[in-house]
Amino acid sequence: MAGEKVNRISLTEKDYQGAPTTMCRGCGHDAISASVIRAFFESSVDPRKVIKLSGIGCSSKTPAYFISQSFGFNAVHGRMSAVATGANLANHTLISIGVSGDGDTAAIGLGNFCHMMRRNVNITYIVENNGVYGLTKGQFSATADKGSVMKGGKVNDMPAIDLAELAIVMGATYVARSFSGDRKQLAPLIQGALAHKGSAILDVISPCVTFNNHEGSTKSLKYVKEHLDPIHDVDFIPPYENIEVDYEEGTDQDVELHDGSRIILHKLGRDYDPSNKMQAVAAIHAAVAEGRFLTGLIYYDPTRPEFIEDLNLCETPLAELGQDMLQPRAELLDQINAEFMK
Amino acid sequence: MESPAINDLNICIATENGTGSASANNILFKAIFKMGIPCSSKNMFPSNIQGLPTWYQVRACADGYMGRKDVIDVMVMFNDATAAKDIYRVRDGGLIIYDDSTPLSPNLKRDGVQYLGVPANKLIQKIVPASPLRTKQRNMIYVGALAYLFGINMETIKEVLEDTFGKKPAVIESNLICIEAGYNYMKDKGFTQTMARLVAIPNGNKGKIITDGNTTCALGAIFGGVAIVSWYPITPSSSLAEAMEYYFPRLRKTKEGKATYAIVQAEDEISAASMVLGAGWAGARAMTSTSGPGLSLMNESIGLAYFAEMPGVFFIIQRGGPSTGLPTRTQQADIQLMYYASHGDTRHIILIPHDMKSSFDFSRRSFDLAERFQTPVFVMMDLDLGMNLWSSDPLVLVKEPFDRGKLVTAEQLEQWEKQGKKFRRYFDADGDGIPYRTIPGNMHRHAAYFTRGSGHDSDAHYSEDEKDYKETLDRLRRKFETARKYVPEPIIETADGAKTGVICFGSSYEPVREARDRLRLSGVKTDHLLLRALPLTEEVREFVAAHDRVYLVEQNRDGQMAAIFKEEWPELGAKIGSVLIYDGLPVTAGEIVRQIKAHEANLRERVGEWRERKLIASV
Ligand SMILES: Cc1ncc(C[n+]2csc(CCOP(=O)(O)OP(=O)(O)O)c2C)c(N)n1
Ligand code: SF4
Ligand SMILES: [Mg+2]
Repeated sequence: MAGEKVNRISLTEKDYQGAPTTMCRGCGHDAISASVIRAFFESSVDPRKVIKLSGIGCSSKTPAYFISQSFGFNAVHGRMSAVATGANLANHTLISIGVSGDGDTAAIGLGNFCHMMRRNVNITYIVENNGVYGLTKGQFSATADKGSVMKGGKVNDMPAIDLAELAIVMGATYVARSFSGDRKQLAPLIQGALAHKGSAILDVISPCVTFNNHEGSTKSLKYVKEHLDPIHDVDFIPPYENIEVDYEEGTDQDVELHDGSRIILHKLGRDYDPSNKMQAVAAIHAAVAEGRFLTGLIYYDPTRPEFIEDLNLCETPLAELGQDMLQPRAELLDQINAEFMK
Repeated sequence: MESPAINDLNICIATENGTGSASANNILFKAIFKMGIPCSSKNMFPSNIQGLPTWYQVRACADGYMGRKDVIDVMVMFNDATAAKDIYRVRDGGLIIYDDSTPLSPNLKRDGVQYLGVPANKLIQKIVPASPLRTKQRNMIYVGALAYLFGINMETIKEVLEDTFGKKPAVIESNLICIEAGYNYMKDKGFTQTMARLVAIPNGNKGKIITDGNTTCALGAIFGGVAIVSWYPITPSSSLAEAMEYYFPRLRKTKEGKATYAIVQAEDEISAASMVLGAGWAGARAMTSTSGPGLSLMNESIGLAYFAEMPGVFFIIQRGGPSTGLPTRTQQADIQLMYYASHGDTRHIILIPHDMKSSFDFSRRSFDLAERFQTPVFVMMDLDLGMNLWSSDPLVLVKEPFDRGKLVTAEQLEQWEKQGKKFRRYFDADGDGIPYRTIPGNMHRHAAYFTRGSGHDSDAHYSEDEKDYKETLDRLRRKFETARKYVPEPIIETADGAKTGVICFGSSYEPVREARDRLRLSGVKTDHLLLRALPLTEEVREFVAAHDRVYLVEQNRDGQMAAIFKEEWPELGAKIGSVLIYDGLPVTAGEIVRQIKAHEANLRERVGEWRERKLIASV
């Protein structure tokens, strides 16, 4: 369309759209999809190099609603982390984005999720966290806060699993929290995650307007907005943009990512160093104790190798190797036969 | 006095596990093999690391039967805990070798067998200083005793020690001393037996290999181009993945020393299966190996792979179930769990090796089938095949191009579009039920599609439409029908004019071969069909149809394979008699013969009854 803004690979933001959404009107998940679209557009990612993965849930349906030119894989409930691991091993040149829910990630898929991070599999993993099971109509999830009230009045008496904290402890190397309604913060955080090599976990609070948006819920739109506590404002600067930012010494922090791009964190009132693991965990604890949602880039570790490096994989994606590389010579089998004769 | 049987001997060694008997048993087995005598071994070990009973049977068989022998000729009674039962396991006229460092307690005496004592504990105390090694090397004493008694010469034993411990002369020496101690003790005492002799057969096993099925499956997969292995430890399948860990670095590195494979020990079997799906979807050959409990956990993922059509190979090394069952004993009781794995209407391709060569070959071919049919493929093994040592002709790599099935590249898509053809992921363009497939990384604008385990139409769009749903289910069934033409055909052996057929598969093959020979000698001629895959093929139907009755031998309680036959061909169901062996031990020919004879006797009785009834009715 004439006049529409194009990115470096001549695509418009529209080119990153997907099928029409089937989420409830006003669902946080749709807002997150919009941020995903924005991030991919802004980072000029070629949709043909992207794979979209998910589990089961309302949230897990959303990969169908962005970037329809990319391959998608809607797995079974809770298994996206493992499926993504397999796909990453098969072709590490693809850019993986996973979308999951708090049920999918923090309950049925918790084990697989932890082990994906433990391996530091390269992925941008977004948890659309609404504190309930949307698709099965409103049961509490494992991220529901203690004391939060269900639509029918039932009170949750179990402590919540904090996914950002869990991610830090389990070995994820890029951990952020954000809010579905804050595209200004979320889109650059997704861009940063895409540039990062390793497990990038984004715990995005995403109110379920149908089952968890009432008085007494700590994940309602109103409650969340009132309790957001951003650590910093976030800007993303792609590697090809050599621009000078308004960089203020002592106020702004410049985080360099694997591909040369940068994230600029503009301080908001407090000193915060995302490379300090203990500080990150402490900050989360303090915020949880006071009922605040700490948002921003909470933790970042550029030093840990991603999974495929640990495995010493060859450069060509395993999926693209031919028989000449995959089938050893027959003489080698003869040698083994000879050993079996002993 | 009876003259000794030549090269026909079944020795059972009873020990405690964790005492190093595996090493001693291995040396004994390999020495007999090295003499050129056809031989086999069966290890009946506990699911435990130390202190529970284990039995190892070595069978020398001039006639070349590799199945477990029904009767035990010699019992090496080195486990006090099982001795009271072990004395009755040996046949009348058999021989019991025991440690007589302390006198044999009266309750361990029985009539009709010969006892020979060797003071293993005392001998070992003289040779080996007190250490954990002492218990281990105590077992070498019986190797020496047996060698003397049955005629294995010490030179052969030395060669085996060198083959086994090649670069460790001290280990060779220390074992040799213990073996010699056992040998010399028997000799000095002038002990003899007259039941059997082992006589070397020059070049008897020349060119033969010894290996186990888990190793050959591992090698088959590596030569079949597997790129991603994800697994979770479980007996009896672990040694398959471990063999891959061992051989991969040697066989599959680039010139730069980089890996052309990834092997991952997953956190559970659900993850292992899911990784296989992700990898298969993204275009790599991927596999996992497990046994019953793992397969139970994998069911949901297998259903997804079936419904969304992704390749993946699942090696199932069966053990005794249900639940934890008997982890270290053999069974064929997961046939239906494989065949119908997952909820909903599903059916799967299963390849069934029966020996070392076929396990190598089917393992390699399974990846072609998985890609051709874009579906999970099972390689059905069992503990007997997978973990016992078998002698075999060398493995052969059949050189043929990988079959990647209907995989469409970007260039092909470009061509298609020029011809006005569209890529439709789940559209049955060829009428064989197999659609065309693209993989991520394909840079064509129209290559991408959305994979899901929920309802979808021919273009891979989400759909809850009843027509789309039914069409998908019907096409998947069509695809399964197509598979009948691709799976390994059965191997049929006929005897002149036989009216009775025997069908078996997997590790039952060797004992069935032996059983048929015995039946023939007793006047029952049988034809044989070795089943090598599911779905069943036309040859199998014809075989059943052509015989008056057919005995289907399988290692489970409920006749799981027979049920599949009957579901497929209800009209032939009445012809099928089941021979069911499910005690967890490797099958013996004797049990097969016994059950077939019982069936035949029943049959005669029933025919008699029927005639009588008919007579009465006609009165
Ligand atoms: C094995 C299995 N168990 C249960 C379900 C039912 N189920 C579907 S979605 C869902 C919960 C989804 O919750 P969440 O991941 O938080 O996603 P949301 O809908 O809230 O976005 C459940 C339990 C299933 N699909 N599979
Ligand atoms: S039920 Fe909740 S989570 Fe699901 S689409 Fe509706 S608002 Fe969103
Ligand atoms: Mg949820």
